Amino acid sequence: MAQIIIYPTTSLILSDLVRRFGHEPLVMMEQIREKINTVGIDSPPLNITGQEPKKGLKYAAVEVPAGVRGRMALVGPLIDSAEAGIIVDEPDIAFGCMGCARTNELTKYLIRQRDIPLLEIYYPRTEDEGKEFVKQIATFLKELNNNSKNSESEEEAN
Amino acid sequence: MKPKRVIKISSEDEKKKDNITRIIVTNSESMLPSDVMMKVYHSSSDVTAKETCFGTMINGPIESVNKVVEDVVSMDPNHIFVKDRGFLPGDERRCRSSRGGGPRPGFHFLREEVNTLPLISKGLEAYYKGESPSSGFEAKQKLDAFKLKYIIESEEM
Repeated sequence: MAQIIIYPTTSLILSDLVRRFGHEPLVMMEQIREKINTVGIDSPPLNITGQEPKKGLKYAAVEVPAGVRGRMALVGPLIDSAEAGIIVDEPDIAFGCMGCARTNELTKYLIRQRDIPLLEIYYPRTEDEGKEFVKQIATFLKELNNNSKNSESEEEAN
Repeated sequence: MKPKRVIKISSEDEKKKDNITRIIVTNSESMLPSDVMMKVYHSSSDVTAKETCFGTMINGPIESVNKVVEDVVSMDPNHIFVKDRGFLPGDERRCRSSRGGGPRPGFHFLREEVNTLPLISKGLEAYYKGESPSSGFEAKQKLDAFKLKYIIESEEM
């Protein structure tokens, strides 16, 4: 089971498909849950505190707006721990946690910079595209399984 | 020297950390969200469920939630979709009842994806049947400038 970073990081469709085909999706919701459930000085804990833009400095320069750095403090660790990625390009809509265009650009850039297996795809608009969408994701995730099995058997042989 | 602030962690806080919330979205012609709720009630697990306009939220310890979700999804695997949620059901920072109405943050994105679910369901059915799509993705085309000009001119007339 590999950890898969998905973009959009809050996607219902992608997180469901990744879990369905036997892998663990790395999603923003997990980060949010951890953040709001961790007991701190803020009570109730705020979503983003002054600490996040500081943590975000690892991923974005100091001139970058604090909002981007704050978001990157949540998304960045997900990218760091990813073993593979699925990016849906040009989603028609990106609201809520996904509403910052600069963060989205930086997220996609950092995922592409990592040397990990990556699938780039579009949201389906027709029935045929829906079939192709599911097929491509399923094939990609199954290949990951095969690759990890092959590498394990190679290690055993050595 | 300033004394360090000590934060007491109660057993309730510890429990909260192990709790997760999942949203179950149904896109089935043979099942209603109320059927999902009935299945959750019948499971007699240690979970809290809340029915909303876009699906059912289930909160509780990880093992219990996973078991309930597995049971619910097995009713119609290709038409029931699940995602995690960071906030608890009815959390004041997200629940619209305490925010003066309007859609909650993240709702628009979820609704947009829910509109795409019928295509994904058909894709899953085809994948498990071994059917392959007759055509792949069609590239998005930008609107031709001449066509735009024609549309504007035809509107003016």
